[in-house]
Amino acid sequence: MGWFDKLKQGLVKTQKILNTDVRDLFRNGEIMNETHLESFEGRLIQTDMGVKAVDAIIEELRKKHLGRTVQLDAIWDTVKGKLKELLKSGKAEKWDLEDPLSPLHLNPNGLTVILVAGVNGAGKTTSIAKLANLLTKSGKKVVLAAGDTFRAAAVEQLTLWSKRLGCEIVTKPPGTDPASVAYAGCELALEINADVLIIDTAGRLQTQKNLMQELEKIHRIIAKKVPDAPHESLMVLDATTGQNGLSQAQNFSEIVKCTGIVLAKLDGTAKGGVTVAIRQTMDIPVKYIGVGEQIDDLQLFDADRFVDALFAIN
Amino acid sequence: MFESITRGLTNALSKLQTGKLTEGNIRDSLREVRQALLEADVQFQVTNDFIKKITAEAVGEKVLKSLKPSEQIVGIVFRELVMLMGPVDHSLQLKKGLSVIMMCGLQGSGKTTTSGKLAKMLKEEGRKPLLVAADLQRPAAVEQLKIIGSQIGVPVYTEPTDGRSPVKVCQNGFEFAKKNDIDVVILDTAGRLHVDDELMQEVIQIDRKLNPDQVLLVCDSMTGQDAVNSAKAFNEALELDGVILTKLDGDTRGGAALSVKAVTGVPIKYIGVGETLDKLEKFHPERMASRILGGGDLATLAERVQEQFDEEEMRLQQEKLAKGKFTLEDFQKQMKQIKRLGSMGDILKMIPGLGGIADQLGGMNPEKDLGRIDAMISSMTLEERRNPDMIDRSRRTRIARGSGAEPAEINKLLTDFKTMSGVMQKMAGLGVRDRMRAIQDIAGGAMDPNVQIADKKMRSKRGPLDLKKIEEMKKQKRKDAKKQRKKNRK
Repeated sequence: MGWFDKLKQGLVKTQKILNTDVRDLFRNGEIMNETHLESFEGRLIQTDMGVKAVDAIIEELRKKHLGRTVQLDAIWDTVKGKLKELLKSGKAEKWDLEDPLSPLHLNPNGLTVILVAGVNGAGKTTSIAKLANLLTKSGKKVVLAAGDTFRAAAVEQLTLWSKRLGCEIVTKPPGTDPASVAYAGCELALEINADVLIIDTAGRLQTQKNLMQELEKIHRIIAKKVPDAPHESLMVLDATTGQNGLSQAQNFSEIVKCTGIVLAKLDGTAKGGVTVAIRQTMDIPVKYIGVGEQIDDLQLFDADRFVDALFAIN
Repeated sequence: MFESITRGLTNALSKLQTGKLTEGNIRDSLREVRQALLEADVQFQVTNDFIKKITAEAVGEKVLKSLKPSEQIVGIVFRELVMLMGPVDHSLQLKKGLSVIMMCGLQGSGKTTTSGKLAKMLKEEGRKPLLVAADLQRPAAVEQLKIIGSQIGVPVYTEPTDGRSPVKVCQNGFEFAKKNDIDVVILDTAGRLHVDDELMQEVIQIDRKLNPDQVLLVCDSMTGQDAVNSAKAFNEALELDGVILTKLDGDTRGGAALSVKAVTGVPIKYIGVGETLDKLEKFHPERMASRILGGGDLATLAERVQEQFDEEEMRLQQEKLAKGKFTLEDFQKQMKQIKRLGSMGDILKMIPGLGGIADQLGGMNPEKDLGRIDAMISSMTLEERRNPDMIDRSRRTRIARGSGAEPAEINKLLTDFKTMSGVMQKMAGLGVRDRMRAIQDIAGGAMDPNVQIADKKMRSKRGPLDLKKIEEMKKQKRKDAKKQRKKNRK
């Protein structure tokens, strides 16, 4: 099953909401009025894309279709077009959909360091395992650094994954300064000539100052050992997250200069619409999406397809 | 907690606190409340219902006729928020013998940590809990629970994760508990998506086989609109007894709290407010709603205003004031009502934007002066209070002796009161906030003979309003204008 189908599966509910509603709301031949727009607004809001994005779409619809005869196809095109535009605003990052590694800024001369951060329970460790799997499959030599020295058994969790994937892992006893784990990870990766080092970090809420400073320290330390590192700072975002995702993106970005988002848990009924809001205010693209619990369930993100899947009529 | 939604609502409501209220601006402000709620991830339908209720209550005679509509609206919003999130039953309905609590929820919502927190809490209550590691899905989840168990000194029942069924593990855990003097079993199940039929069946199986006394849903407070979907699905599958809301120590707007209760009817019992195992608190909708409305203060004030100012009494006094029949007796009553609200400084601090004024009060002590005045009035006979003019020299000496004041102070009170009743008459039209300010002036004036009561011009230069006269003037103007228009047409 391709990722499109998987994503579609997860988004079926959204489609149902949108489609049934659109059929109820807009009928071919009717005149579009404010009531239509209001109800449509409600449905859009339920995708978590944020009031701002919804307003933009509604505004567009109002401009183009208000007071005119409803033509479903034309309305779809407007909505889709606007949404795609919102998702792509800012720096348009294009990557090759055939090459699963193309969104990553890999260091051409030597070790690439990927720092992964996010709030508690977002799915960092699982996403790291999936990413490591992707990299190993492409023939990269991967080292993991178990930087979550706080949560009980987080190190064990990543160790289990590393065994399954057959890649090296650096661990330290619980309570160790995570920066020292990151440092040791860099040392080992350089020593064994690895291609990619992925550093796991403990989940932290973006409002916890001390923990955010700790993250900043990790960020600083790895730059000392490997110049220009980290080459990628990925923030893992739970697709069920609402508007707090914005605050997460802002605060994490401030500390570790996020280069991308991994949108985890997209296989439920949640749509991860908050990424639209994030994209609107910041230049952080979604790079990967997690669509299941299995190791292969990490897919490349594609704005066009995301929107299509969100609105696909079938 | 909820700081952001607070900010949003306070912004929206700050408009309500200034200027006069019309139907139009209630609607405008409520539109902003709606936006704030939506941005706070409160579910769409819940938000709309909420706004509808508030609109119905606010844009009506009830509010517009009353004296302080903004406070009443704050009160209504507060009350509705509390109603939306409450009522709460914190008890876990544990039996005398062996009880079972099942934890369930989506992946990463915080089940394992919360199980540990709950076990710790129960242990501190003198119970003997057992944690059962029924999460065989996530790597090292069993390990995690073991470590947590050893941290809090609670036994953990585990089995190896070699493809066994979690249902069996739970049953074995239950048997283990029976034999080992345990009185609460906490089942930490694996995280699952509510749309994953297979896994939902599994948790339903556990529910059937073990028949838990409490099924608790662990819900991430950062969840967006989808919170309602998952809570609903879990509730339909398992008949939840309660919800535990986690990660509330962040800056999440926590709209999930509002929606989950409203849509499923399942009460929120506890909240997780930190990563360490002691950070589990009882959920208080009042506190939450208070925080939402502005750090607990504005709401408290609004509540107290509503409680303490007996509406009927107020109305009577307003009438008296308007007619100029305000007596020392009434004055004393009103002072008492204001005092019931708390210290003047506290009251000022409760009003957003006025906290600074409380500091400026500095050495001034309005309470003390009000207390003295109260003593003096108390030393008067009822008749004297109703008719201060009858207080002659001998009465004055008696009152002074009775209240421990100098006769001159009594004199001053009487002269002040005369001026004051004028001010009070004007204050009849003011809201609580302005009234407090005015009283503060009076209190200051009563203490310092050099300070004149600030008698700012509050009416137009026309002098006392003669409504009929004005009406006639306007009529005449209209007539003139009409004539003029006719002329112009010709």
